[in-house]
Parts: sequence; structure tokens; C-alpha cells
Amino acid sequence: MSVMKRVSLIFRAKADKALDKLEDPRETLDYSYKQQVEMLTRVRRGVADVATSRKRVELQMNSLQKEINKRDTQARDALSKGREDLARAALQNKGQLQAQYADLETQFAQLQDQEEKLTVASQRLDARVQAFRTRKETIKATYTAAEAQTRINEAFSGISEEMGDIGLAIQRAEDKTAQMQARAGAIDELLASGALEDHVAGGSDYIQAELDKIGAGSDVDSEIARMKGELAAGAPKQLEANANGQGGPSSATDAEPSDAAEERAGDES
Amino acid sequence: MIVRILGEGQFRVGDEAAAKLTALDKELDAAVRNEDEAAFAASLRAAVQEVRAAGTPVGADEFVTADYILPFSDASLAEVRKLLADGTISDSIGLP
Repeated sequence: MSVMKRVSLIFRAKADKALDKLEDPRETLDYSYKQQVEMLTRVRRGVADVATSRKRVELQMNSLQKEINKRDTQARDALSKGREDLARAALQNKGQLQAQYADLETQFAQLQDQEEKLTVASQRLDARVQAFRTRKETIKATYTAAEAQTRINEAFSGISEEMGDIGLAIQRAEDKTAQMQARAGAIDELLASGALEDHVAGGSDYIQAELDKIGAGSDVDSEIARMKGELAAGAPKQLEANANGQGGPSSATDAEPSDAAEERAGDES
Repeated sequence: MIVRILGEGQFRVGDEAAAKLTALDKELDAAVRNEDEAAFAASLRAAVQEVRAAGTPVGADEFVTADYILPFSDASLAEVRKLLADGTISDSIGLP
């Protein structure tokens, strides 16, 4: 048998089964209405949950974008310091983060789509529930129990199909949201612990440490150069003094003992 | 004929569209049997588009059951298989 026909029969069988269980037709209407109102609440909560998930993914995309920019800066920094190996590592890292970003982008689009569909479905159900309430009161007021039965069955089966449909839609949205939340939770943890950096190829912590080392190293180098310069400037004088047999210290070293003496004097007072 | 697209509600379609849908339904059935995901997606998309284009939405105050129910427009083969096996529609969902 065909697919579309089979699905419709499955839905109808569910409704028939439910109808068989209920004895008083009027009770059926009230019972169904109560369920519809509950379903409406569930759909609205579903829309809110999907929206929350979507926002969370959006925040993560922002965080990842920052990380991506950081890798970019690191790569430039490394290149300017002549460390192509580090630049490569940073860019490789960036590529992996970008792949993760693209994945989040897809998830974001899916959630957005889900949210829109569920919002429309929620509005449709809302309109149906209002209409059902009116129909329910009309049936109760106008028809005898025997006459009412047919109309109740119609209304009940019609709304049951809608409820089954929307129930599946929410189920899908809930599954999707749960899936996203699990993934989002994992990424949040990674971002928070900095493990994302280690997690992704060799780790940018290593890159940053190396860059910092180069930074610190070049500071030391320039310090050494400065000192050498100073010493070179002071050296001839010192040699000259020694040659004169005075053995006197340079003015720079001269200042030190007196500073120490002053400090001691300060301590005593 | 009344056709429902899951997630999108019911539509009333004329005879011409109904004939097209019946043909597409056969394709869907074959795709499910052959486990042909691509053919399934293509037939589903065609059927959904036919209903959206040719159908008029059933009013909120009209309580009727559908002759045909189409899966969600982006449903996977596995999802539909589960639906056909009656493993998806919970007795508790909207039904007493």
C-alpha cells in the first residue's frame, strides 16, 4: 500500500482507538479539549526551548570567532618574528576552528528553521483549539446524545490528527534541541577550560607560549645589547684608570656603596 | 481530496493534483522498499511542492481527516520507516 495512505490510516486508527475507549460522547469533547490546551502549552514551551538553544549556539559562534581571530593574530605575530613553523601551526588551528564554526552555523540555521516551523504550528493549533471549543459548545447545546455522536467523532478525529501531527513536530524539535544542548554543553566546556585549544591540533597554548618566549627572548636580547653598549662605552675609561695605577672604580660602581649606606641609615632611623 | 503535510497542516487538492500525488506516492513506496534515500527525498519534495502549490489550506474550524498524509518535508527514510511501523506516533500524544 502507498506511503501517504498508510500514514493517514495509522493516524485514523489512533483516533478510533481513543474514541472506542470513551463512553460518554460529551465527555470525549471535554477530555479532548483539555488535552489540546495542554498540547498548546507544550508547543509554546517547545518554541521557547528552541529559541534558547539557538541563542546559545549564537553565543558560541561569537566565542569561536574570537578564537579564530586570535589564531590569525598569532600567525601574523609569528611570521613577523620569523617563526613560520608557529604561523603554520596557528593557521592550521584556525582552519579547524573554522570547521567547527561552520558546523555551528549549520546548527544555527536548523534551529532557526525549526523555530519558525514550530511557531507557525503553534499558531495553527491555537486557531484550531479555539474553533474546537466553539464546536464543542455548539454540539453540546444543539444535538441530542445520539445525533451528537457523529459530529463528535468527526471533530475528535479531525483534531486528533492535528494533535498527532503537532506532537510529532514537537518531538522532533525536542530531539533536535536535546542533541544541540549536548553538543553545545561540550563546546561550552571546551571554550571555558581552554581545552579547545589543546583539543585542536597540537594546541595554540603551545603557539602562544612559543610566541611569548620569543617576545621575552627578544627583550633579553635587546637588554643584553644595551648593556654591551654601555660596557663598551665605559670600558676604555676603566682601562685608562687602571693604567694610571689608581684602580679606582667607575662612577657607576662608585654610587653603589653609598646607596647601600643610605639605605642602612634609613633602616636605623 | 484532503492531504496533510506533517508539520504544515491540511490542504484541499483538486483531482488533477490528486492524480499526480497518487503517482508520486507509488514512487515514494518504491523508494522506501528499495531503501533509496535519494529517490525518496526527490519524490517527497515533489509531492510536498505539489500540495503546497495546488492545495488550499483547510480552515481552522473545519474538522476533517486527511485521505493522504505526507511526512515532514525534510523527513529521512529512516524516520518514515519508523512512522510506517507505527513506532513514532505516541498513543499519549494528543490522543486520550
